[in-house]
Amino acid sequence: MTTAQQSLALFAGVVAVLVVASLAGFWLARRYAADGPNPTIENLNGRIKAWWWMVALIGLAFAAGKAGVIVLFAFASLAALREFITLTPTRRGDHVALAFAFFVVLPLQYYLIWIDWYGLYAIFIPVYVFLLLPIIAALRQDTENFMGRVAETQWGLMICVYCISHVPALVGLSIPGYEGRNLLLIAFLVLVVQSSDVLQYVWGKLAGRHRIAPLLSPSKTVEGFVGGVASATLLGACLWWITPFSPWQAALVALLINLMGFCGGLVMSAIKRDRGVKDWGWMIEGHGGVLDRLDSVIFAAPIYFHMIRYWWTD
Amino acid sequence: MNEIFRLVEAGCATAVAGFARLVTGVRGEWRGCGPDARRRVYFANHRSHGDFVLIWTVLPATLRRITRPVAGADYWLKGRLRRFVGERVFHAVLIDRNPLTREADPIATMAAALDGASLILFPEGTRNTTEEQLLPFKSGLYHLAKARPDVEFVPVWIENLNRVMPKGEIVPIPLLCSVTVGAPVALGADEDKAAFLERSRNALLALAPRAALAPPTAPAPQMAPARQNGADR
Repeated sequence: MTTAQQSLALFAGVVAVLVVASLAGFWLARRYAADGPNPTIENLNGRIKAWWWMVALIGLAFAAGKAGVIVLFAFASLAALREFITLTPTRRGDHVALAFAFFVVLPLQYYLIWIDWYGLYAIFIPVYVFLLLPIIAALRQDTENFMGRVAETQWGLMICVYCISHVPALVGLSIPGYEGRNLLLIAFLVLVVQSSDVLQYVWGKLAGRHRIAPLLSPSKTVEGFVGGVASATLLGACLWWITPFSPWQAALVALLINLMGFCGGLVMSAIKRDRGVKDWGWMIEGHGGVLDRLDSVIFAAPIYFHMIRYWWTD
Repeated sequence: MNEIFRLVEAGCATAVAGFARLVTGVRGEWRGCGPDARRRVYFANHRSHGDFVLIWTVLPATLRRITRPVAGADYWLKGRLRRFVGERVFHAVLIDRNPLTREADPIATMAAALDGASLILFPEGTRNTTEEQLLPFKSGLYHLAKARPDVEFVPVWIENLNRVMPKGEIVPIPLLCSVTVGAPVALGADEDKAAFLERSRNALLALAPRAALAPPTAPAPQMAPARQNGADR
Protein backbone atom coordinates (compact mmCIF):
# COMPACT_ATOMS: atom_id res chain seq x y z
CA MET A 1 0.00 0.00 0.00
CA THR A 2 1.21 3.52 -0.69
CA THR A 3 1.24 6.15 2.06
CA ALA A 4 -1.86 7.82 0.65
CA GLN A 5 -3.67 4.48 0.59
CA GLN A 6 -2.61 3.77 4.16
CA SER A 7 -3.87 7.18 5.29
CA LEU A 8 -7.17 6.61 3.53
CA ALA A 9 -7.49 3.16 5.07
CA LEU A 10 -6.86 4.65 8.53
CA PHE A 11 -9.45 7.36 8.04
CA ALA A 12 -11.95 4.87 6.68
CA GLY A 13 -11.41 2.81 9.82
CA VAL A 14 -11.90 5.81 12.09
CA VAL A 15 -15.03 6.89 10.22
CA ALA A 16 -16.41 3.36 10.47
CA VAL A 17 -15.87 3.41 14.26
CA LEU A 18 -17.58 6.81 14.47
CA VAL A 19 -20.53 5.58 12.44
CA VAL A 20 -20.95 2.63 14.81
CA ALA A 21 -20.57 4.94 17.83
CA SER A 22 -23.12 7.40 16.44
CA LEU A 23 -25.62 4.60 15.77
CA ALA A 24 -25.09 3.22 19.27
CA GLY A 25 -25.53 6.69 20.76
CA PHE A 26 -28.70 7.23 18.74
CA TRP A 27 -30.04 3.85 19.86
CA LEU A 28 -29.23 4.58 23.54
CA ALA A 29 -30.94 7.98 23.34
CA ARG A 30 -34.09 6.38 21.88
CA ARG A 31 -34.04 3.39 24.20
CA TYR A 32 -33.94 5.59 27.32
CA ALA A 33 -35.90 8.55 25.96
CA ALA A 34 -38.95 7.60 28.04
CA ASP A 35 -36.98 7.98 31.32
CA GLY A 36 -36.53 11.69 30.72
CA PRO A 37 -33.30 13.53 29.92
CA ASN A 38 -30.21 11.45 30.66
CA PRO A 39 -27.07 13.59 31.13
CA THR A 40 -24.67 10.68 30.56
CA ILE A 41 -26.20 9.77 27.21
CA GLU A 42 -26.46 13.41 26.15
CA ASN A 43 -22.81 13.92 27.04
CA LEU A 44 -21.87 10.75 25.16
CA ASN A 45 -23.65 11.93 22.03
CA GLY A 46 -22.10 15.39 22.40
CA ARG A 47 -18.69 13.75 22.58
CA ILE A 48 -19.32 11.62 19.50
CA LYS A 49 -20.51 14.67 17.56
CA ALA A 50 -17.37 16.56 18.57
CA TRP A 51 -15.26 13.60 17.44
CA TRP A 52 -16.72 13.95 13.95
CA TRP A 53 -15.55 17.56 13.88
CA MET A 54 -12.11 16.74 15.23
CA VAL A 55 -11.58 13.89 12.77
CA ALA A 56 -12.72 16.14 9.92
CA LEU A 57 -10.25 18.84 11.00
CA ILE A 58 -7.35 16.40 11.27
CA GLY A 59 -8.33 14.91 7.91
CA LEU A 60 -8.22 18.36 6.30
CA ALA A 61 -4.86 19.12 7.92
CA PHE A 62 -3.42 15.81 6.69
CA ALA A 63 -4.66 16.54 3.19
CA ALA A 64 -2.78 19.84 3.30
CA GLY A 65 0.40 18.06 4.45
CA LYS A 66 3.10 19.56 6.65
CA ALA A 67 1.71 23.12 6.49
CA GLY A 68 -1.78 21.91 7.38
CA VAL A 69 -0.57 19.97 10.40
CA ILE A 70 1.56 22.87 11.65
CA VAL A 71 -1.33 25.34 11.31
CA LEU A 72 -3.76 22.94 13.03
CA PHE A 73 -1.52 22.38 16.05
CA ALA A 74 -0.52 26.05 16.23
CA PHE A 75 -4.20 26.88 16.64
CA ALA A 76 -4.61 24.06 19.14
CA SER A 77 -1.72 25.63 21.09
CA LEU A 78 -3.37 29.03 20.91
CA ALA A 79 -6.68 27.69 22.22
CA ALA A 80 -4.92 25.65 24.91
CA LEU A 81 -2.79 28.57 26.10
CA ARG A 82 -5.89 30.75 26.19
CA GLU A 83 -7.60 28.24 28.47
CA PHE A 84 -4.51 27.87 30.64
CA ILE A 85 -3.88 31.59 31.14
CA THR A 86 -7.60 32.17 31.81
CA LEU A 87 -7.26 29.98 34.90
CA THR A 88 -3.95 31.58 35.94
CA PRO A 89 -4.25 34.53 38.32
CA THR A 90 -2.19 36.98 36.28
CA ARG A 91 -2.14 40.69 37.00
CA ARG A 92 -2.11 43.84 34.93
CA GLY A 93 1.67 43.88 35.20
CA ASP A 94 1.79 40.63 33.18
CA HIS A 95 0.07 42.07 30.15
CA VAL A 96 3.18 42.66 28.03
CA ALA A 97 4.69 39.33 29.03
CA LEU A 98 1.44 37.58 28.06
CA ALA A 99 1.22 39.44 24.74
CA PHE A 100 4.80 38.29 24.13
CA ALA A 101 3.84 34.69 24.95
CA PHE A 102 0.80 34.67 22.65
CA PHE A 103 2.01 36.74 19.73
CA VAL A 104 5.79 36.17 19.63
CA VAL A 105 6.69 32.91 21.38
CA LEU A 106 3.86 30.79 19.98
CA PRO A 107 4.24 31.78 16.30
CA LEU A 108 8.04 31.64 16.52
CA GLN A 109 8.03 28.12 17.98
CA TYR A 110 5.86 26.88 15.10
CA TYR A 111 7.98 28.79 12.57
CA LEU A 112 11.05 26.98 13.91
CA ILE A 113 9.18 23.69 13.45
CA TRP A 114 8.30 24.76 9.90
CA ILE A 115 11.95 25.47 8.97
CA ASP A 116 12.92 22.31 10.83
CA TRP A 117 15.55 23.93 13.06
CA TYR A 118 15.66 21.25 15.74
CA GLY A 119 18.64 22.80 17.57
CA LEU A 120 16.63 25.90 18.33
CA TYR A 121 13.03 24.72 18.73
CA ALA A 122 14.14 22.13 21.28
CA ILE A 123 15.55 24.82 23.59
CA PHE A 124 13.76 28.02 22.55
CA ILE A 125 11.07 27.94 25.26
CA PRO A 126 12.97 26.03 27.99
CA VAL A 127 16.02 28.32 27.75
CA TYR A 128 15.47 31.61 25.94
CA VAL A 129 11.84 32.26 26.89
CA PHE A 130 12.54 30.97 30.39
CA LEU A 131 15.03 33.82 30.82
CA LEU A 132 13.28 36.49 28.77
CA LEU A 133 9.78 36.20 30.21
CA PRO A 134 10.70 37.11 33.82
CA ILE A 135 12.82 39.99 32.48
CA ILE A 136 9.82 41.43 30.64
CA ALA A 137 7.61 40.92 33.68
CA ALA A 138 10.19 42.48 36.03
CA LEU A 139 10.38 45.63 33.93
CA ARG A 140 6.78 46.35 34.87
CA GLN A 141 7.85 46.48 38.54
CA ASP A 142 4.80 44.66 39.91
CA THR A 143 6.31 42.37 42.53
CA GLU A 144 3.16 40.89 44.01
CA ASN A 145 3.27 37.09 43.72
CA PHE A 146 5.96 37.65 41.07
CA MET A 147 7.54 34.20 41.28
CA GLY A 148 4.18 32.45 41.06
CA ARG A 149 3.01 34.48 38.09
CA VAL A 150 6.22 34.01 36.11
CA ALA A 151 6.39 30.31 36.91
CA GLU A 152 2.79 29.67 35.90
CA THR A 153 3.12 31.51 32.62
CA GLN A 154 6.30 29.57 31.79
CA TRP A 155 4.60 26.31 32.71
CA GLY A 156 1.64 27.22 30.51
CA LEU A 157 3.98 27.84 27.58
CA MET A 158 5.78 24.53 28.13
CA ILE A 159 2.52 22.59 28.27
CA CYS A 160 0.46 24.40 25.66
CA VAL A 161 3.10 25.43 23.12
CA TYR A 162 6.32 23.46 23.63
CA CYS A 163 4.78 20.04 24.20
CA ILE A 164 2.01 20.38 21.62
CA SER A 165 4.48 21.59 19.00
CA HIS A 166 6.26 18.24 19.23
CA VAL A 167 3.33 16.64 17.40
CA PRO A 168 3.89 18.49 14.09
CA ALA A 169 7.65 18.33 14.72
CA LEU A 170 7.39 14.60 13.98
CA VAL A 171 7.05 15.51 10.30
CA GLY A 172 10.65 16.76 10.28
CA LEU A 173 12.29 13.53 11.49
CA SER A 174 14.23 11.65 8.84
CA ILE A 175 13.88 7.90 9.30
CA PRO A 176 15.75 5.66 6.82
CA GLY A 177 13.29 3.71 4.69
CA TYR A 178 10.33 5.74 5.99
CA GLU A 179 10.77 8.84 3.82
CA GLY A 180 7.62 10.83 3.02
CA ARG A 181 5.47 8.87 5.46
CA ASN A 182 5.98 10.92 8.64
CA LEU A 183 2.39 12.10 8.82
CA LEU A 184 1.54 8.53 9.74
CA LEU A 185 3.69 8.92 12.88
CA ILE A 186 1.28 11.67 13.94
CA ALA A 187 -1.69 9.47 13.05
CA PHE A 188 -0.24 6.66 15.23
CA LEU A 189 0.33 8.98 18.21
CA VAL A 190 -3.06 10.66 18.05
CA LEU A 191 -5.00 7.46 17.32
CA VAL A 192 -3.36 5.39 20.06
CA VAL A 193 -3.42 8.03 22.80
CA GLN A 194 -6.94 9.26 22.04
CA SER A 195 -8.31 5.74 21.73
CA SER A 196 -6.69 5.05 25.11
CA ASP A 197 -8.71 7.96 26.54
CA VAL A 198 -11.89 6.71 24.89
CA LEU A 199 -11.30 3.09 25.90
CA GLN A 200 -10.53 4.10 29.50
CA TYR A 201 -13.85 5.94 29.47
CA VAL A 202 -15.68 2.95 27.99
CA TRP A 203 -14.03 0.38 30.30
CA GLY A 204 -14.61 2.67 33.26
CA LYS A 205 -18.31 3.07 32.42
CA LEU A 206 -18.79 -0.66 31.86
CA ALA A 207 -16.60 -2.23 34.55
CA GLY A 208 -15.30 0.60 36.74
CA ARG A 209 -15.50 -0.23 40.47
CA HIS A 210 -12.37 1.06 42.23
CA ARG A 211 -11.45 4.69 41.84
CA ILE A 212 -7.77 5.18 41.14
CA ALA A 213 -7.30 8.78 42.32
CA PRO A 214 -10.58 9.92 43.89
CA LEU A 215 -9.17 13.26 45.02
CA LEU A 216 -7.99 14.13 41.51
CA SER A 217 -10.54 12.67 39.18
CA PRO A 218 -13.72 10.94 40.32
CA SER A 219 -14.24 9.27 36.94
CA LYS A 220 -10.90 7.46 36.63
CA THR A 221 -11.00 3.85 37.83
CA VAL A 222 -8.47 1.03 38.09
CA GLU A 223 -10.59 -1.09 35.75
CA GLY A 224 -10.81 1.76 33.23
CA PHE A 225 -7.07 2.38 33.43
CA VAL A 226 -6.00 -1.24 32.99
CA GLY A 227 -8.62 -2.08 30.36
CA GLY A 228 -8.13 1.15 28.44
CA VAL A 229 -4.34 1.11 28.40
CA ALA A 230 -4.19 -2.61 27.57
CA SER A 231 -6.66 -2.40 24.69
CA ALA A 232 -5.10 0.80 23.30
CA THR A 233 -1.68 -0.87 23.47
CA LEU A 234 -3.11 -3.79 21.52
CA LEU A 235 -4.48 -1.31 18.98
CA GLY A 236 -1.02 0.26 18.72
CA ALA A 237 0.52 -3.15 18.03
CA CYS A 238 -2.10 -3.78 15.33
CA LEU A 239 -1.15 -0.48 13.69
CA TRP A 240 2.55 -1.40 13.33
CA TRP A 241 2.18 -1.42 9.52
CA ILE A 242 1.84 2.39 9.38
CA THR A 243 5.00 2.91 11.49
CA PRO A 244 8.73 2.21 11.21
CA PHE A 245 8.32 -0.13 14.23
CA SER A 246 8.03 -3.89 14.35
CA PRO A 247 4.80 -5.20 15.96
CA TRP A 248 6.33 -5.70 19.41
CA GLN A 249 8.11 -2.34 19.21
CA ALA A 250 4.80 -0.72 18.28
CA ALA A 251 3.21 -2.33 21.33
CA LEU A 252 5.96 -1.04 23.64
CA VAL A 253 5.82 2.46 22.17
CA ALA A 254 2.03 2.44 22.47
CA LEU A 255 2.23 1.27 26.08
CA LEU A 256 4.67 4.04 26.97
CA ILE A 257 2.65 6.85 25.34
CA ASN A 258 -0.56 5.48 26.89
CA LEU A 259 1.01 5.60 30.36
CA MET A 260 2.32 9.11 29.73
CA GLY A 261 -1.13 10.10 28.48
CA PHE A 262 -2.82 8.71 31.56
CA CYS A 263 -0.40 10.57 33.85
CA GLY A 264 -0.93 13.73 31.82
CA GLY A 265 -4.64 13.46 32.51
CA LEU A 266 -3.92 13.13 36.24
CA VAL A 267 -1.60 16.16 36.34
CA MET A 268 -4.02 18.35 34.42
CA SER A 269 -6.86 17.18 36.69
CA ALA A 270 -4.83 18.21 39.73
CA ILE A 271 -4.56 21.74 38.33
CA LYS A 272 -8.29 21.86 37.59
CA ARG A 273 -9.15 20.71 41.13
CA ASP A 274 -6.84 23.37 42.54
CA ARG A 275 -8.57 26.05 40.48
CA GLY A 276 -12.03 24.74 41.36
CA VAL A 277 -13.20 23.98 37.83
CA LYS A 278 -14.45 20.80 36.17
CA ASP A 279 -13.27 21.59 32.64
CA TRP A 280 -10.63 23.82 31.11
CA GLY A 281 -13.11 25.47 28.80
CA TRP A 282 -16.13 24.88 26.59
CA MET A 283 -14.79 24.85 23.05
CA ILE A 284 -15.44 21.15 22.38
CA GLU A 285 -18.97 19.93 22.98
CA GLY A 286 -19.14 17.18 25.60
CA HIS A 287 -15.40 17.18 26.24
CA GLY A 288 -14.91 20.63 27.75
CA GLY A 289 -11.91 22.60 26.55
CA VAL A 290 -9.08 21.89 24.14
CA LEU A 291 -6.81 21.07 27.09
CA ASP A 292 -9.32 18.50 28.34
CA ARG A 293 -9.02 16.70 25.02
CA LEU A 294 -5.27 17.17 24.52
CA ASP A 295 -3.92 16.60 28.05
CA SER A 296 -2.83 13.04 27.26
CA VAL A 297 -1.30 13.93 23.88
CA ILE A 298 0.61 16.80 25.51
CA PHE A 299 2.40 14.50 27.93
CA ALA A 300 2.96 11.76 25.38
CA ALA A 301 4.18 13.81 22.41
CA PRO A 302 7.69 14.93 23.51
CA ILE A 303 8.54 11.45 24.84
CA TYR A 304 7.29 9.79 21.65
CA PHE A 305 9.24 12.33 19.58
CA HIS A 306 12.55 11.80 21.38
CA MET A 307 12.16 8.05 21.49
CA ILE A 308 11.77 7.93 17.71
CA ARG A 309 14.49 10.51 17.20
CA TYR A 310 16.97 8.56 19.34
CA TRP A 311 16.33 5.03 18.10
CA TRP A 312 14.95 5.36 14.59
CA THR A 313 16.49 8.40 12.89
CA ASP A 314 19.91 8.34 11.29
CA MET B 1 -27.63 54.74 -0.95
CA ASN B 2 -29.12 54.55 2.53
CA GLU B 3 -29.56 50.84 2.02
CA ILE B 4 -25.85 50.48 1.32
CA PHE B 5 -24.96 52.48 4.43
CA ARG B 6 -27.20 50.31 6.53
CA LEU B 7 -25.60 47.18 5.10
CA VAL B 8 -22.12 48.52 5.88
CA GLU B 9 -23.20 49.38 9.43
CA ALA B 10 -24.75 45.97 9.96
CA GLY B 11 -21.63 44.36 8.49
CA CYS B 12 -19.44 46.31 10.92
CA ALA B 13 -21.65 45.22 13.82
CA THR B 14 -21.40 41.54 12.84
CA ALA B 15 -17.64 41.88 12.34
CA VAL B 16 -17.15 43.45 15.78
CA ALA B 17 -19.22 40.72 17.45
CA GLY B 18 -17.37 38.04 15.46
CA PHE B 19 -14.00 39.45 16.47
CA ALA B 20 -15.05 39.55 20.13
CA ARG B 21 -16.13 35.92 19.91
CA LEU B 22 -12.87 34.92 18.23
CA VAL B 23 -10.66 36.51 20.89
CA THR B 24 -12.69 35.65 24.00
CA GLY B 25 -14.52 32.47 22.97
CA VAL B 26 -17.35 34.09 24.94
CA ARG B 27 -20.07 31.87 26.29
CA GLY B 28 -23.45 33.34 27.16
CA GLU B 29 -25.33 31.65 29.95
CA TRP B 30 -29.01 32.60 30.19
CA ARG B 31 -29.48 31.57 33.79
CA GLY B 32 -32.46 33.63 34.92
CA CYS B 33 -34.31 34.27 31.66
CA GLY B 34 -34.03 33.55 27.95
CA PRO B 35 -33.35 35.89 25.05
CA ASP B 36 -36.57 37.77 24.37
CA ALA B 37 -37.63 40.64 22.12
CA ARG B 38 -39.62 42.39 24.90
CA ARG B 39 -38.24 45.73 26.13
CA ARG B 40 -35.47 45.25 28.64
CA VAL B 41 -32.70 47.11 30.40
CA TYR B 42 -29.67 44.85 30.71
CA PHE B 43 -27.57 46.25 33.55
CA ALA B 44 -24.01 45.00 33.86
CA ASN B 45 -20.69 45.41 35.64
CA HIS B 46 -18.31 47.71 33.79
CA ARG B 47 -14.56 47.14 33.66
CA SER B 48 -13.66 47.44 30.00
CA HIS B 49 -14.58 49.43 26.90
CA GLY B 50 -15.52 46.15 25.27
CA ASP B 51 -18.15 45.26 27.87
CA PHE B 52 -21.27 45.97 25.89
CA VAL B 53 -19.78 44.43 22.75
CA LEU B 54 -19.53 41.21 24.71
CA ILE B 55 -23.17 41.41 25.83
CA TRP B 56 -24.09 42.15 22.25
CA THR B 57 -22.11 39.15 21.06
CA VAL B 58 -24.12 36.72 23.15
CA LEU B 59 -27.44 38.21 22.03
CA PRO B 60 -29.06 36.54 19.02
CA ALA B 61 -28.51 38.69 15.89
CA THR B 62 -32.20 39.65 15.72
CA LEU B 63 -32.05 41.09 19.25
CA ARG B 64 -28.69 42.75 18.63
CA ARG B 65 -30.34 45.12 16.18
CA ILE B 66 -32.85 46.31 18.79
CA THR B 67 -30.51 46.53 21.78
CA ARG B 68 -28.63 49.81 22.28
CA PRO B 69 -25.88 50.61 24.78
CA VAL B 70 -26.09 53.70 26.94
CA ALA B 71 -22.75 55.48 26.80
CA GLY B 72 -21.02 58.72 27.71
CA ALA B 73 -21.28 61.37 25.00
CA ASP B 74 -17.96 62.88 26.08
CA TYR B 75 -16.16 59.69 25.01
CA TRP B 76 -18.12 58.65 21.94
CA LEU B 77 -18.42 62.01 20.21
CA LYS B 78 -14.66 62.55 20.18
CA GLY B 79 -13.23 61.98 16.71
CA ARG B 80 -14.88 60.84 13.47
CA LEU B 81 -14.23 57.12 13.77
CA ARG B 82 -15.48 56.93 17.34
CA ARG B 83 -18.54 58.93 16.38
CA PHE B 84 -19.26 56.63 13.44
CA VAL B 85 -18.82 53.51 15.56
CA GLY B 86 -20.80 54.89 18.50
CA GLU B 87 -23.70 56.34 16.57
CA ARG B 88 -23.98 54.23 13.44
CA VAL B 89 -22.60 50.80 14.35
CA PHE B 90 -23.55 50.48 18.02
CA HIS B 91 -26.53 52.91 17.84
CA ALA B 92 -25.51 54.08 21.30
CA VAL B 93 -27.88 56.20 23.37
CA LEU B 94 -25.47 59.01 24.24
CA ILE B 95 -25.75 60.66 27.62
CA ASP B 96 -23.98 63.83 28.68
CA ARG B 97 -22.45 62.80 31.99
CA ASN B 98 -21.68 66.35 33.08
CA PRO B 99 -24.70 67.81 34.93
CA LEU B 100 -23.46 71.37 34.32
CA THR B 101 -23.33 71.27 30.53
CA ARG B 102 -26.12 68.84 29.69
CA GLU B 103 -29.20 70.01 27.89
CA ALA B 104 -31.34 66.89 28.16
CA ASP B 105 -32.31 64.87 31.23
CA PRO B 106 -30.53 61.50 30.82
CA ILE B 107 -33.41 59.58 32.41
CA ALA B 108 -35.86 61.11 29.92
CA THR B 109 -33.48 60.28 27.05
CA MET B 110 -33.19 56.65 28.15
CA ALA B 111 -36.91 56.30 28.86
CA ALA B 112 -37.68 57.62 25.38
CA ALA B 113 -35.13 55.30 23.76
CA LEU B 114 -36.87 52.35 25.43
CA ASP B 115 -39.85 52.95 23.14
CA GLY B 116 -37.87 51.60 20.22
CA ALA B 117 -35.20 49.37 21.73
CA SER B 118 -33.83 47.52 24.73
CA LEU B 119 -30.88 49.14 26.51
CA ILE B 120 -27.56 48.06 27.96
CA LEU B 121 -26.71 50.13 31.03
CA PHE B 122 -23.73 50.24 33.37
CA PRO B 123 -25.18 51.46 36.67
CA GLU B 124 -21.77 51.99 38.28
CA GLY B 125 -21.67 55.10 36.11
CA THR B 126 -18.04 54.65 35.13
CA ARG B 127 -15.51 51.94 34.44
CA ASN B 128 -14.42 50.13 37.55
CA THR B 129 -10.62 50.22 37.68
CA THR B 130 -10.39 49.38 41.38
CA GLU B 131 -9.80 46.01 43.04
CA GLU B 132 -13.44 46.07 44.20
CA GLN B 133 -15.65 43.53 42.46
CA LEU B 134 -18.44 46.02 41.84
CA LEU B 135 -18.77 49.73 42.64
CA PRO B 136 -21.92 51.18 44.29
CA PHE B 137 -24.71 51.89 41.79
CA LYS B 138 -25.59 55.41 40.72
CA SER B 139 -29.25 56.34 41.12
CA GLY B 140 -30.03 56.32 37.37
CA LEU B 141 -31.17 52.70 37.43
CA TYR B 142 -33.80 53.50 40.07
CA HIS B 143 -35.12 56.59 38.31
CA LEU B 144 -35.34 54.68 35.04
CA ALA B 145 -37.19 51.82 36.74
CA LYS B 146 -39.61 54.34 38.17
CA ALA B 147 -40.12 56.07 34.82
CA ARG B 148 -40.62 52.80 32.90
CA PRO B 149 -42.34 50.21 35.16
CA ASP B 150 -43.30 48.26 32.01
CA VAL B 151 -39.67 47.36 31.29
CA GLU B 152 -37.73 44.32 32.61
CA PHE B 153 -34.45 45.04 34.43
CA VAL B 154 -32.08 42.16 33.80
CA PRO B 155 -28.69 41.77 35.58
CA VAL B 156 -25.76 40.65 33.39
CA TRP B 157 -22.36 39.66 34.78
CA ILE B 158 -19.35 40.00 32.50
CA GLU B 159 -16.36 37.93 33.60
CA ASN B 160 -12.70 38.30 32.67
CA LEU B 161 -12.91 40.93 29.91
CA ASN B 162 -10.88 43.38 32.00
CA ARG B 163 -7.98 40.93 31.80
CA VAL B 164 -8.23 40.72 28.00
CA MET B 165 -7.45 44.41 27.70
CA PRO B 166 -6.68 46.23 30.96
CA LYS B 167 -6.85 49.99 31.08
CA GLY B 168 -4.01 51.62 29.20
CA GLU B 169 -3.03 48.56 27.11
CA ILE B 170 -3.41 48.43 23.35
CA VAL B 171 -2.99 44.77 22.50
CA PRO B 172 -5.82 42.44 23.57
CA ILE B 173 -4.77 39.07 25.04
CA PRO B 174 -6.96 36.13 24.07
CA LEU B 175 -8.64 34.87 27.25
CA LEU B 176 -11.93 33.08 27.77
CA CYS B 177 -14.78 35.32 28.91
CA SER B 178 -18.30 34.55 30.01
CA VAL B 179 -21.52 36.52 30.18
CA THR B 180 -24.16 35.39 32.68
CA VAL B 181 -27.72 36.69 32.45
CA GLY B 182 -29.82 36.62 35.62
CA ALA B 183 -33.51 36.83 36.41
CA PRO B 184 -35.27 40.19 35.92
CA VAL B 185 -35.50 42.51 38.94
CA ALA B 186 -38.68 44.58 39.28
CA LEU B 187 -39.12 47.75 41.34
CA GLY B 188 -41.44 47.05 44.28
CA ALA B 189 -44.59 49.17 44.76
CA ASP B 190 -43.25 51.00 47.81
CA GLU B 191 -39.55 50.22 47.49
CA ASP B 192 -37.26 53.21 48.06
CA LYS B 193 -34.18 54.12 46.07
CA ALA B 194 -31.52 52.69 48.40
CA ALA B 195 -33.35 49.37 48.77
CA PHE B 196 -33.86 48.91 45.02
CA LEU B 197 -30.26 49.81 44.18
CA GLU B 198 -28.99 47.45 46.88
CA ARG B 199 -31.24 44.62 45.70
CA SER B 200 -30.35 44.99 42.03
CA ARG B 201 -26.64 45.24 42.89
CA ASN B 202 -26.86 42.03 44.91
CA ALA B 203 -28.71 40.33 42.05
CA LEU B 204 -25.81 41.25 39.78
CA LEU B 205 -23.14 40.15 42.28
CA ALA B 206 -24.88 36.80 42.71
CA LEU B 207 -24.03 36.00 39.08
CA ALA B 208 -20.27 36.39 39.54
CA PRO B 209 -18.42 33.07 39.36
CA ARG B 210 -16.32 31.76 42.23
CA ALA B 211 -13.43 33.88 43.36
CA ALA B 212 -11.02 31.24 42.06
CA LEU B 213 -11.08 32.78 38.60
CA ALA B 214 -10.51 36.33 39.73
CA PRO B 215 -6.99 37.53 40.36
CA PRO B 216 -6.28 37.51 44.10
CA THR B 217 -6.66 40.91 45.68
CA ALA B 218 -4.62 39.93 48.70
CA PRO B 219 -1.45 37.80 48.67
CA ALA B 220 -2.38 34.14 48.64
CA PRO B 221 -2.04 32.49 52.06
CA GLN B 222 1.38 30.92 52.38
CA MET B 223 1.85 27.47 53.84
CA ALA B 224 -1.15 26.21 55.78
CA PRO B 225 -0.29 26.11 59.50
CA ALA B 226 -1.72 22.59 59.85
CA ARG B 227 1.20 21.23 57.86
CA GLN B 228 3.72 22.21 60.52
CA ASN B 229 3.13 18.98 62.39
CA GLY B 230 3.47 16.94 59.25
CA ALA B 231 -0.30 16.46 59.19
CA ASP B 232 -1.63 15.85 55.69
CA ARG B 233 -4.61 18.12 55.64
